[in-house]
Amino acid sequence: MSAAVSTALQQGLHSCRTCGLLSRPAHGEVEGRCPRCDEALAFRKPAALQRTWAFLIAAAVCYIPANVLPVLTTTTAAGAESDTILQGVILLWSPTGWPLSLIVLIASIMIPIGKIIALAFLLISVQQGSIKSNEQRVRLYGMVEFIGRWSMVDVFVDTYTASLVQLQPLMAVEPSAGLVFFAAVVVLTMLAAQSFDPRLIWDPESEQEVRHA
Amino acid sequence: MYNQPLPDPSLVACPHCDTLQRMPDLSPGESARCTRCDEELRRHHKDSLQRTLALTLAASILYIVANAVPMLGLQVVGRQAFTTVIGGAEHLWNAGWQSVGILVLFTAVVAPGLQIGFMLAILIGSLRKRPPRWVGTFLRYYRKITTWSMIEVMILGVLVALIKIADYAKVVPGISLYVLGALIFIIAAIESSFDPQDIWERVKWADAPSRRAVNPITEVTR
Repeated sequence: MSAAVSTALQQGLHSCRTCGLLSRPAHGEVEGRCPRCDEALAFRKPAALQRTWAFLIAAAVCYIPANVLPVLTTTTAAGAESDTILQGVILLWSPTGWPLSLIVLIASIMIPIGKIIALAFLLISVQQGSIKSNEQRVRLYGMVEFIGRWSMVDVFVDTYTASLVQLQPLMAVEPSAGLVFFAAVVVLTMLAAQSFDPRLIWDPESEQEVRHA
Repeated sequence: MYNQPLPDPSLVACPHCDTLQRMPDLSPGESARCTRCDEELRRHHKDSLQRTLALTLAASILYIVANAVPMLGLQVVGRQAFTTVIGGAEHLWNAGWQSVGILVLFTAVVAPGLQIGFMLAILIGSLRKRPPRWVGTFLRYYRKITTWSMIEVMILGVLVALIKIADYAKVVPGISLYVLGALIFIIAAIESSFDPQDIWERVKWADAPSRRAVNPITEVTR
């Protein structure tokens, strides 16, 4: 038996990403519907690279105001004070509170930028037709998909801090504009990850194997 | 236009690398991995339907309780305040941050509710030998909604908020917080005991005529 593998794409078959059924599109068609679960089918997610780039660039643009603008404004008798995400991290840093500070730092600052860099790397490597470390790249994509939701932590922190601390005129906390941009970064990076198709990572190698076989 | 199914239903393509391969018959507890990229293709769960149904019933009760009672309270110089899960989203809406308010409402309340509700419908429908068509429809949307259900992330956020506020006021964790803590583990258990492939193999097809073309033997043995 030859080591060469055969993919659904090479055999002209659609693999349903919802129910897993393999099926053959009508003659000459590139799109179809899954006869089992009714999902719209294509060989690869439609315009995966363009859509992922679009969401990713939008996320990168929102990342700047998300970090520069304040996310919370605290009003006390002494006046109003606004904090950005990073200032929130620093405020939380104390001999007992540092683990939480670290969680916010990782979830709100490192994960979003890490996701943007990782997806950009995957997109560029796919566009260059890379065949190197495919398994690792698929795993990286899996991590980006899995970890993305945790960036929402800061949105929840600010939401529940603001809804609880309403002790006028002593002290009141309200969200600020940075929170909207930060929430946008989280949603946009999640949409970017969903638009990407990990099978694109393996396609160049599959083609090479066919040529050698 | 519906595609034509293949005559051999054991043939599958890896969702990660698209390699065609034959899925072996799995015994309960066994799992199958892709021959090329080594990602897990399927895991056959023991007694999946009954276990998942029991867990989902428990989850629905906890979900209702968690959203009906206060989640956290605050005491400072003789004044008290408390908030519920929905209260957070409501406050954002009233304070003029509608977009974030909707996002919080969706990820903390609506999506988890739909996730549990869909799962309940899928499991009850699957008790029949040939689950009806709507089971397939719910199953199709179940994965999509699960991505946006973020109770565990919200809990972490609430705990951070709680400790932040504890610096200058006395915080009182509400019943809802404990209930949500339990709900996270139950949802994780649902996810790990649920076997969608078992239901896909039995459900009525969207394109009924093509179903009859495929392997009539499975129909008899089920």
